[in-house]
Amino acid sequence: MHVPDGFLDAPTSIATGVVAAAGVGLALRGARKELDERTAPLAGLVATFVFATQMVNFPVGAGTSGHLLGGALAAALVGPWTGILVITVVLLVQGLLFADGGLTALGTNITLMGLIGVGVGWLVLVAVRSLLPRRPASIAPAAAVAALLSVPAAAAAFTLLFAVGGAADIPFGKVLAAMVGWHVVIGIGEAVITALVVGSVVATRPDLVYAARPLVRARTLEVRRNTTAGDAA
Amino acid sequence: MSVGHRLLAPGDSPVHRCPAHLKVLGLLGFMLLVVATPAAWYPAYGGYLLVLAVVIGVARVPPLHLLRRMVVEVPFVVFAIVLPFVAHGEQVEVLGLMVSQPGLVAAGTLLAKATLGVLAGLTLAATTEPHDLLVGLERLRLPSMLVQIMSFMVRYLDVVTDDLRRQHIALSSRGFTARNPRHWPVLARSIGALFIRSFERGERIHLAMLSRGWSGKMPRGMSSEMSNR
Repeated sequence: MHVPDGFLDAPTSIATGVVAAAGVGLALRGARKELDERTAPLAGLVATFVFATQMVNFPVGAGTSGHLLGGALAAALVGPWTGILVITVVLLVQGLLFADGGLTALGTNITLMGLIGVGVGWLVLVAVRSLLPRRPASIAPAAAVAALLSVPAAAAAFTLLFAVGGAADIPFGKVLAAMVGWHVVIGIGEAVITALVVGSVVATRPDLVYAARPLVRARTLEVRRNTTAGDAA
Repeated sequence: MSVGHRLLAPGDSPVHRCPAHLKVLGLLGFMLLVVATPAAWYPAYGGYLLVLAVVIGVARVPPLHLLRRMVVEVPFVVFAIVLPFVAHGEQVEVLGLMVSQPGLVAAGTLLAKATLGVLAGLTLAATTEPHDLLVGLERLRLPSMLVQIMSFMVRYLDVVTDDLRRQHIALSSRGFTARNPRHWPVLARSIGALFIRSFERGERIHLAMLSRGWSGKMPRGMSSEMSNR
């Protein structure tokens, strides 16, 4: 999934590098609000988690399998700013220590998967969350829609970049349709897995899910009469 | 072998000893040059490959070690193969198929540039210790928060992937094999558990750092001292 060197020309690569640097700069400020002084260890461990998660193969059938990209998942679990930082660090480590994704394409990859993947994911999540009942259980479906839309959004952005600074003259409309179509399929898988993962964390530790925090806090202490116990006595 | 060191080919060559920040800058400059090279300059690509071959030779990285890692490029080979069939321009016949001539040239250039990029990146990864790389990035003025997050990731990569491996052993030993999408909920729950474990580990690490007098900023040079074991 990582864009390698040479797919986009030098000016486009440098331009996306500048966009990525500006975005990550904003994220560095924003993350302090989400995680206060614990940012470094927590974001580091969550980045490691995302990296490990991408190694889990989800069998699709007929011998093929896919893996999670994790942009929308990171946004739902740790918030948009920390999510961008986490994906950025994963891409940096993959690019520099694993030669996965070109060094000149690092800015492009951070822009596509970090800024757009996490950003679109978070905005969609917040929009869907506001439409659903104010319960922690609403986070999983909201995260699913976020994942479903953020993957084709990143693919569409890549097609746009390729049309501007790509190495080949391609029929833009046809390629856009093919890329978005294919990534909607990937997005469906991403949506199902993201919803299942977020659902499982919300069920056990809703306090750890950033997107669920306003809903968890909204719950007030209540006294419930245990009727079954009363009947038995 | 641990995840973080999978690509490392330890050695004591001038390439290994070269400070990491110079290597990263060199790689970036080299790749920008490659990316900016026009498609038709075929001899230039031969020259680039020769330069890389010399560096790999001096570093004494086993070529097989690099070749085996080049599979990361595969998805883009597919993209390059499709390109001549969808691109605009004059059609030419190759092996009985009508393809776009500019598309063919673009696909060839794309493959050449991407291959050089992967090979150069693998050479950096094979000759640079992860903690040297972090020190190098710090010297290159990467925001210190970003370097700190990266250093935690490098340090705990093996711990977290081992956590994941143990979960898989636990699943397998209970007879679970993921075969189709109906098994996704089990895998997803294990990922959910991994998130909780990783996040809580992060909280414990933070408390451990506080108890050792951490003030919110990494003391200079500590990252290298600590990783020297």
